[in-house]
Amino acid sequence: MKRTLKNAWQSFTRNGWLSTATVLVMTLALFVIGGLMLVGVLSQVVIEELEGKIDIAVYFYPNSSEEDILNIKRNLEEAEWVKEVTYISQEKALEDFKERHKNDQVILGSLEELDGNPLEATLNIRALDPSKLADIADSIREKKYPIVDKINYFENQVVINKLSSIMASIRNTGLSVILVLAFIAVLVAFNTIRIAIWAAREEINIMRLVGASSWFIRGPFILQGVIQGIIAGTVSSLVFYPALWVLSPKLLVVIPGIDLFSYYKTNLPIFFGILAGTGIFLGVFSSFIAIRRHLRV
Amino acid sequence: MIFFDDVSKIYTPTQAALRNVTLRILPKEFLSIVGASGAGKTTLLKLLIAEERPSEGKIFLDGVEVTSLGYRDLPQVRRRIGTVFQDYKLLSGKTAYENVAFAMEAAGAKDSEIRDSVPEVLDLVGLVEKANNFPHELSGGEKQRVAIARALVNRPEVIMADEPTGNLDPVTSWEIIKLLVKINEMGTTVILATHNKEIVDDLGRRVVTLEGGKIIMDEEKGKYVI
Repeated sequence: MKRTLKNAWQSFTRNGWLSTATVLVMTLALFVIGGLMLVGVLSQVVIEELEGKIDIAVYFYPNSSEEDILNIKRNLEEAEWVKEVTYISQEKALEDFKERHKNDQVILGSLEELDGNPLEATLNIRALDPSKLADIADSIREKKYPIVDKINYFENQVVINKLSSIMASIRNTGLSVILVLAFIAVLVAFNTIRIAIWAAREEINIMRLVGASSWFIRGPFILQGVIQGIIAGTVSSLVFYPALWVLSPKLLVVIPGIDLFSYYKTNLPIFFGILAGTGIFLGVFSSFIAIRRHLRV
Repeated sequence: MIFFDDVSKIYTPTQAALRNVTLRILPKEFLSIVGASGAGKTTLLKLLIAEERPSEGKIFLDGVEVTSLGYRDLPQVRRRIGTVFQDYKLLSGKTAYENVAFAMEAAGAKDSEIRDSVPEVLDLVGLVEKANNFPHELSGGEKQRVAIARALVNRPEVIMADEPTGNLDPVTSWEIIKLLVKINEMGTTVILATHNKEIVDDLGRRVVTLEGGKIIMDEEKGKYVI
């Protein structure tokens, strides 16, 4: 083991250029993979944000008793797929309305003209999965509560369905794009290592001819793969620091839901673990595969 | 003892590197294999360390059938035969010392044994001062002496040298041959493949002559005849 380590380190440092090039390519590949992971996180946040915005509102006739409405609320909260139900009373609705239109004298004036409160109490319902909103809306309609005026799902149905399908396709295509790109990155790194080992084929041949066993030859190469993986993993996770520091404020404007820089900082151990792990696996696996045919002497 | 039992190596139906070669090499012998380029000298040696496999026939090293061994068992045989190549085949990334030490490391020798033996053989080939030089810093003769040191260091029963003087000037060539003779006198079998007439004639040892893949002559105190 000591010998293997010595030989691995020796050939790693003495083949300075080749090692640097291999580590660089691997760093690049890991950087791409890490970037894809961040893109995945980002799109997850965007999707969740959009999903949070999709809800349905149940409107109640004025003069419905608050108790009845709260009864329905309790029933709904126990129903399947319901994530959250918020009650907005008539008074609250009026306040919100006034607040929203506080700069519009015409609207406020016409509101004064009316007797009493023209706005209706509502229950806002969010679902665990937006695609289930239709079922929830249907179930409310089927119960034929006498105090329910209307359910806005049926008015917004088209928009909600469209949003749901867009999000579903983002999820699926996004994932496949990420997988394809990651696969390409892995392939490039794999080929670089293959070339590096191909360059050493004469050495491998000599080692065999002077009586070295396959494992004695393979060991240092595989260990070099480990070293390359660790270095590339470290470098690529470090490179994300300045990259995100620059990028994050700009992204924050577009997607206010997440500060990537601080997200990265808190999750650094996980990122480092995944990147270094991928690097090591890539190095070991590629070396193992690439060296096999050269050992057949 | 090394025994080639009716060995043939056929590359294509019309082209055979060796045809029905039967050859017995005794311990402590100094055997020269001579012949023109393409006569089959190198193939014969490659077959002995199983770098190539014969098309027909068997090869034995002290009763072990080399030709039947798998990749896993070959290192054992190769450690018993020290090999010297025309193109030296040194590891370019390692110093002279490390090249010699590598053969011992590969054979699983202890660090203390390596520290003792490597300087010893480097001294034998006269390269102690160049121990820490890399191959590209050495002359052809020096490289070949490193290769011989590497072949020797595991104290093999057999040293086999394939055109060891092929790339060297006459004076250096003689030094290398003298070194091989000295090694032979210390009790190691030496198999020397060469097409250097003067060397063979001066040695006055057993000579096997190959032509077109066949042994056409095998003489106890032979001369280079072709």
